[in-house]
Amino acid sequence: MNNLIKGEKHDWEMVIGLEIHAQVKSNSKLFSSSSTKFGSSPNSQVSLVDAAMPGMLPVINKYCVEQAVKTGVGLNAKINNYSVFDRKNYFYADLPQGYQISQYKYPIVGEGKVTIDFKDGTSKDIRIVRLHLEQDAGKSLHDQNPSKTYVDLNRSGVALMEIVSEPDIRTPDEAGMYISKIRSILMYLDTCDGNMQEGSLRADVNISVRKPGDEYGTRCEIKNLNSIKFIKQAINYEAKRQIEILESGGSIEQNTMLFNTSTGKTRPMRNKEEAHDYRYFPDPDLLPLEISKEEIVKIKSSIPELPDELKNKFIETYKLSNYDASVLTAEKQTSDYFNETINSDSELKNHSKIVVNWITSELFSLLNKNNQDLNNSPVSPENLGQLIKLISTNEISGKIAKDVLDDMFSSGKTARQIVDEKGLQQVTDQGEIAKVIDEVIAENPKMVKQYLAGKDKLLGFFVGQAMKLTKGKANPKMLNDILKQKLNKKN
Amino acid sequence: MSKSSLKQTLKDLDTKKISIRELNQDYLKRIKENENLNVFIHFSEENVLKQIDNLEKDNSAKKLKGIPIAIKDLFCTKSMPTTAASKILENFNPTYESFVTQKLLDEGSIFVGKTNLDEFAMGSATNTSFFGNTINPLSKENEPLAPGGSSGGSAAAVAADLCLGATGTDTGGSIRQPASFCGVVGIKPTYGLCSRWGIAAFASSLDQAGIFSHNVEDASILLQSIAGFDQRDSTSAKVDIPNYFENLDDDLNGKTVGIPREYSIDATPMEISQIWEDAIKVLEKKGVKIKNISLPHTKYALPTYYIIAPAEASSNLARYDGVKYGYRSDEIDSLDEMYENTRAQGFGREVKRRILIGTYVLSAGYYDAYYLKAQKVRKLIADDFNKAFKECDFIVTPTAPSAAFPLNEKQNDPIKMYLNDVFTVPASLAGLPGISIPFGKDKNNLPLGIQILGKHFDEQQVFNAAVSLERSYE
Repeated sequence: MNNLIKGEKHDWEMVIGLEIHAQVKSNSKLFSSSSTKFGSSPNSQVSLVDAAMPGMLPVINKYCVEQAVKTGVGLNAKINNYSVFDRKNYFYADLPQGYQISQYKYPIVGEGKVTIDFKDGTSKDIRIVRLHLEQDAGKSLHDQNPSKTYVDLNRSGVALMEIVSEPDIRTPDEAGMYISKIRSILMYLDTCDGNMQEGSLRADVNISVRKPGDEYGTRCEIKNLNSIKFIKQAINYEAKRQIEILESGGSIEQNTMLFNTSTGKTRPMRNKEEAHDYRYFPDPDLLPLEISKEEIVKIKSSIPELPDELKNKFIETYKLSNYDASVLTAEKQTSDYFNETINSDSELKNHSKIVVNWITSELFSLLNKNNQDLNNSPVSPENLGQLIKLISTNEISGKIAKDVLDDMFSSGKTARQIVDEKGLQQVTDQGEIAKVIDEVIAENPKMVKQYLAGKDKLLGFFVGQAMKLTKGKANPKMLNDILKQKLNKKN
Repeated sequence: MSKSSLKQTLKDLDTKKISIRELNQDYLKRIKENENLNVFIHFSEENVLKQIDNLEKDNSAKKLKGIPIAIKDLFCTKSMPTTAASKILENFNPTYESFVTQKLLDEGSIFVGKTNLDEFAMGSATNTSFFGNTINPLSKENEPLAPGGSSGGSAAAVAADLCLGATGTDTGGSIRQPASFCGVVGIKPTYGLCSRWGIAAFASSLDQAGIFSHNVEDASILLQSIAGFDQRDSTSAKVDIPNYFENLDDDLNGKTVGIPREYSIDATPMEISQIWEDAIKVLEKKGVKIKNISLPHTKYALPTYYIIAPAEASSNLARYDGVKYGYRSDEIDSLDEMYENTRAQGFGREVKRRILIGTYVLSAGYYDAYYLKAQKVRKLIADDFNKAFKECDFIVTPTAPSAAFPLNEKQNDPIKMYLNDVFTVPASLAGLPGISIPFGKDKNNLPLGIQILGKHFDEQQVFNAAVSLERSYE
């Protein structure tokens, strides 16, 4: 695969690493018992600890620790028995303590890896450097008053997992696939709700460019991107910017950048000289975090089937392609839906490819069109299974099945009901089909002549006419066979 | 002025020899008479009378019912403002009660007021307070003396008999040194014995609450009341708290005392070496084996302390930013200006000095040379003690290198001021319990203190040795 971008002078390669910030799914914050509910009225979920009142002390939320360990296991990573919370010191209005409690030297999770799958059937491992736990900051609201900034501390102290990748990513698409894969794993594990719009999952992107085979170039970091679309846009823009500078003889400054979602451009936020000195040091209010081997084993045993395992199972059980299986397992709701559909009738196992197609193309496009989610799909897996069974047993044609699915989607009726009510059963009676074909041949003598003279393409015309007469119900294969037979007899 | 003890007062209250009201009226009177000492940052007679009213209506038995206690103004209290002696918290009224003060309230004690201290407990003379100096009650006329610090207000409150006990906090000597200067008993227990929840933090890994009292018995009663595990403080220890008072035993026969040779420093006045020797002699007479021990890293304790404590303080005090509570400067044109002006105007010189030192030692490029090295030395100092305690049951040293000094003597010489902690800081770094008891006087008839250090959570041994020395001295 060619991942290079053409420059004016030569080709360039992107080198990309991601820092993903995933909000831990937990009812209470990392060091306090306040609620983490999204969208509550400002400052309604703020404890004395979250507001950094004098003399208040953090106490670790064990559940968040378990969630981090679980995630570490899901990322095939090393779980550290010993980790330390550090203070990252800086002043900001929505950072009440004047420091963020994070993990610096000793993170809770060490090296791991995730695999991304390409359409062409190949796949690639992206290495994880570490995962650590940290507190989120509050929110500064600059748009409530022309001359004032307000602070909402509801988010202050909410637990985040920062997942840092090696710079193994080479294209914007890979970056997108990587973050999708991480999101998928977290959602299977139920350790993050994966809601990028609400900011539960956001990423900082580190990117540099180089001539293929060269050392890494100087990188820039683009902060706080909260959609895959923006991540790709930002990478593309930033890579182009860097290449232009380098090709005109300039050099890259190691900057922290912001991405403007309306212009699609990045701009520098601060340079290396202006970078904060965070003065990390171990938080003396907290003891080092020690997790026993037994606890890790216990957490491991509670972990559900993850996308990669499920993918392999689907490939083996249903003879699916690597790509189909990875699409099905990208989201838990999809794999659940597939499982329920294919198990709704023992026959369907033999038509797994059809099942995949009906879910991932037909049903998905309907859901998309109607802005709906698989979780609240009007078509249940059992009903879709029934529809597919009707196709596989030739009771209805694939084309008619699409109309039936439309109907099922809007009316909520079962496939059987619709087919029976509308009399959509496929015509498989040879005599009946032959009768219709005779009619078509009789009505189009000119066309028949042309066809026999070698204009093979006209076969489609005859099929279309015959289908029209049967209202699309004729079994296409039978129709084809009989039509060819009859036309050739004319010869 | 004959000071009645807590133990005796409890008896008198029990036998109705005196009522809670009479008792506290007596203390209120003295508090008002001694206003010139500037012991309290907050005192409200009305508030005290209200507490008396409430207790009179309360029929339940409580261990410290009606006992007047003074609270260092670093403990957050619901019924009184809490300032940490800083302008930055001048009008701060906590909505919560610290663990330690809540325990005292649960026992039925009466809070007579919030005592003065060095701003955020940073100092050794109670002269960095935004609310002015506290004067040592033992001062002669026209020669005001420092009460020591940082808990100088609490030490002075007990010395002037304005209460029957007081809370303090000790980070590097802030209970023991003022106790020595004011001629009272002051105990800093093992780090983790009393929860830090609700105490405005100075240096989290060193801060520990403790007690001032007229005598060792009273200290043993009060310490038991404020000790205990608290799940809201991750560094709080899950240990059983013995009844120190019931278990007091002044028979030290067969015990071994460690005498660290590194505590004989050249600068120590003769008088202090003398009382140290006297104490050792007393112990010897009581059948205590004298063991000369070595704590080789003692000389590094002060520099280590003055790296670690400011480092933690620089971060702990970042929350005082003018955003959420406390003082905010009026001169604000930007967020940065709000921080700069609020903190420039809200903090005093000593606090700023320590924030600067702390910020420096944590900075990139200096962290390894200062903070990290200090942490390593801290470990060595703790190891010294661990080794020493294999050979002895407790350690005896002087508490401070001098008696109370004149109020303004070391005001402009921070290094001289820091040297006050030379005997108290090592045990703080090691998290060990230590008590200071009055033991002898200097040539000006000012009290001197002897420090007794014990093993982790062996406050009982510390009390036993202290009570034994105290009784022999009386």
